[in-house]
Amino acid sequence: MKKELIRLEHISKSFDGQMVLDDLALNIHENEFVTLLGPSGCGKTTTLRILGGFVQPDTGKVIFDTQDITRMPPNKRQLNTVFQKYALFTHMTIAENIAFGLKIKKKPKSYIDDKIKYALKLVNLEGYGNRMPDSLSGGQQQRIAIARAIVNEPKVLLLDEPLGALDLKLRQEMQYELIRMKNELGITFVYVTHDQEEALTMSDTIVVMNQGYIQQIGSPESIYNEPENAFVADFIGDSNIIAATMVEDKCVEILGTRFACVDTGFGKNKPVDVVIRPEDVELVAPENGTITGVVTHLIFKGVHYEMEVMANGFEWLVHSTVLSPVGKEVGLRVDPFNIQIMNKPESEDEEAVALEI
Amino acid sequence: MPKTADFTKKIYVALIFIFLYAPIATLIVLSFNASKTRAKWGGFTMQWYVSLMQDETILDALGTTLLIALLSAFIAAIIGTVACIAMSGMKKKTRAVFMGVTNIPMLNADIVTGISLMLLFISLGLRFGFGTILLSHITFNIPYVILSVYPRMKQLNPSVYEAALDLGASPLTAFFRVTLPDLMPGILSGFLMAFTMSLDDFIITHFTKGSGINTLSTKIYTELRKGIKPEMYALSTIIFVTVLVLLILVNITPDKASKEKKNL
Repeated sequence: MKKELIRLEHISKSFDGQMVLDDLALNIHENEFVTLLGPSGCGKTTTLRILGGFVQPDTGKVIFDTQDITRMPPNKRQLNTVFQKYALFTHMTIAENIAFGLKIKKKPKSYIDDKIKYALKLVNLEGYGNRMPDSLSGGQQQRIAIARAIVNEPKVLLLDEPLGALDLKLRQEMQYELIRMKNELGITFVYVTHDQEEALTMSDTIVVMNQGYIQQIGSPESIYNEPENAFVADFIGDSNIIAATMVEDKCVEILGTRFACVDTGFGKNKPVDVVIRPEDVELVAPENGTITGVVTHLIFKGVHYEMEVMANGFEWLVHSTVLSPVGKEVGLRVDPFNIQIMNKPESEDEEAVALEI
Repeated sequence: MPKTADFTKKIYVALIFIFLYAPIATLIVLSFNASKTRAKWGGFTMQWYVSLMQDETILDALGTTLLIALLSAFIAAIIGTVACIAMSGMKKKTRAVFMGVTNIPMLNADIVTGISLMLLFISLGLRFGFGTILLSHITFNIPYVILSVYPRMKQLNPSVYEAALDLGASPLTAFFRVTLPDLMPGILSGFLMAFTMSLDDFIITHFTKGSGINTLSTKIYTELRKGIKPEMYALSTIIFVTVLVLLILVNITPDKASKEKKNL
């Protein structure tokens, strides 16, 4: 078990009477890549700003390395932030930008020069020290923002949608860069994004948030394969979310047809939601399928075909590398372990279950 | 057809410029006229400029004018910038009200501003002189500074200030090292604008100056009442050119600042 570095306890925050975070609890460990993932307005950025010290929570505590830092101003915290729009100091050179934090801490000049060199090398921008920020591309500016933060040797680096302004290709490149930097530096990254793919690629732990509540905390695999509720299932990747009834252990009735599954302990005849990923639906000959349907839409997506199949009154989303033309009658079958059963939320509050890792 | 349209356009623009600048051109031409009467051209001369430079009361007035303009623009630049910082922290409604209140003195007739300042100074029992002129110039200059600093303030990325705090700077250090340099072009053009406004003010100065002190504009007015001397044409020409140069400076500084940055 890794050492715990940050603990958020009972954090609540509202802006102008609008609740943004409600009794949030979260533990972050040393050397962990944690991603706060959620749609805009879910409270992920506010959580990050509370960690950075730019926002004071209404209630609750921020514990950093056993010390309560809830009321500590940002300039005294051992965390550094990489902001969404780079926030470089445009009237200073790249080297001056990177040296800013070290100069404030009155480090000797030779130490600062070494650090600038090291940081520029780490972000693959050697020799850019005398350039002005304006003369760099967006991706380069973001790397400088990272370099400026990490020279201060923070224990935790906070990143607020740092790749949001970059184009797709650059974003993917930067994702690998960030993983490499994190491994090289051996520090904790807390990363905020609304991009589920980014979260799945980079994180050790993903925290899915919605409406100020944590929906699920887990590894990328567990978040993708075993979403705990319909929100998480819907937000992470494409999925078929269908209302169903758990008839008994290992048997669920979906759209009037019984499917075998692997889940137990839900009780008898309990209404539930099931999640089936589109790549887990197999198209077979009609006589071999658990249910049958007709293909209604077909789109070529590159790696696979995306098809919609009308079966038992529901449009099933199916990904397959084998083409089934529109109008063809097909059978659908799903392996039992690919059917993910979720409790139905009884209220919006329950939908937003707060969990610890 | 388009050619005639083009031609008409040019004529129209030329007419506007003639209307605007014919009086000033006349003044400038007369300031170099060797003949004392305005009716005829007596040849080119610099003598009015020379005798102007030898007139001590005029040189005094020039000194006062420059000192007042510099001091009032400088003080107004500080007060106006601080006001902008305060405004950026206000709620939207309060800010709109505040902005409106600062704009009113700019639209207000100078004579009203002048008389009200005079009445205020009398009721406060202030002695009229350099101090009262300075105070009134600071007063009417502040809105011009706000007008040029506030838009700059709004363009600032708030994360930049936060980034400075994040890197360990105290709020004060962050302001001086990061926010202020970003505001500087706005402050500078506000300062120049205020300097120009102070330089060519007559009415407000006239009401708040008291006796025994003159700025160039009040000096010209006093002289004119005694009869128009050609030296006054020369003086007016100098004021016009100075203000023109300053205005050009005000208009090119922000561009220049950003261009310089790119060249580095």
